[in-house]
Amino acid sequence: MLLAANDVNVAMNIGFGIIATVMIFAAFSVVTTKNVVHAALYLVLVLAGVAAQYILAAAEFVAVSQVMVYIGAVMVLFLFGIMLTRAQIGAEDGLNNSGWQLGIPVGVILFGLLAYVIIDAYEDDVIGERQPFPTEELSDQILSPFLVPFLAVSFVLLAAAIGAIVLARKD
Amino acid sequence: MLAVNFLLLAAVLFCIGVFGVIARRNAVLVLMSIELILNAVNLNLVAFALMNNNIEGQVFALFVIAIAAAEVGVGLAMVLMIYRNRKSIALDELSEMKG
Repeated sequence: MLLAANDVNVAMNIGFGIIATVMIFAAFSVVTTKNVVHAALYLVLVLAGVAAQYILAAAEFVAVSQVMVYIGAVMVLFLFGIMLTRAQIGAEDGLNNSGWQLGIPVGVILFGLLAYVIIDAYEDDVIGERQPFPTEELSDQILSPFLVPFLAVSFVLLAAAIGAIVLARKD
Repeated sequence: MLAVNFLLLAAVLFCIGVFGVIARRNAVLVLMSIELILNAVNLNLVAFALMNNNIEGQVFALFVIAIAAAEVGVGLAMVLMIYRNRKSIALDELSEMKG
């Protein structure tokens, strides 16, 4: 019902369903696997799936940014973090808290609440066929109404880079 | 495509991320779970941009991506410092600040 509504693009729905299944499986593996490196590699799968969903949602520029920033840069940072904190090769015990079962009811109840609210609000709203947003429209938005936040973000990135160097430096 | 598809997928990712933050003890894995949460929010923003035919959602998604990159950089630097001082990144052992 959810994945194949009528009068909408069936191929798009099938693609969405396949990617969504892979993403949910990979996300579940990230939080349950016993191997830290495997968790990082499953996270790559989730991030690539999110990028594919952005393309389905007509957001090409965001998808390319996602691939470059997350899969290119953030994953390298994570792998360096894993190596520098000397994670064991292979499966490792003690990755979970002693009371980790508490997370299951919290997650399930939160999902139930969110799903109820979403389905209540958007029952069978159909997103029509859309042309992709042109990237120049995005740049017009960023560089005129959102110019001040954009400059603020660049300062945040500068401060974060300097802060990371200061924190991680040996002295 | 139904509007609820994207939103439900994002809700699933968000809840898995919340579970990871609660359940995991290794600081790097907690940071990965936070990435899951941020990606769920981004997916929502892009879906709302599509639903309302308004590109501002994508602008916000780009800002969130930039902030997430900064967050991971600082967070991993802190994890490295904790590891250097204590030879462990188990979060439940960091309890000196407890009153």
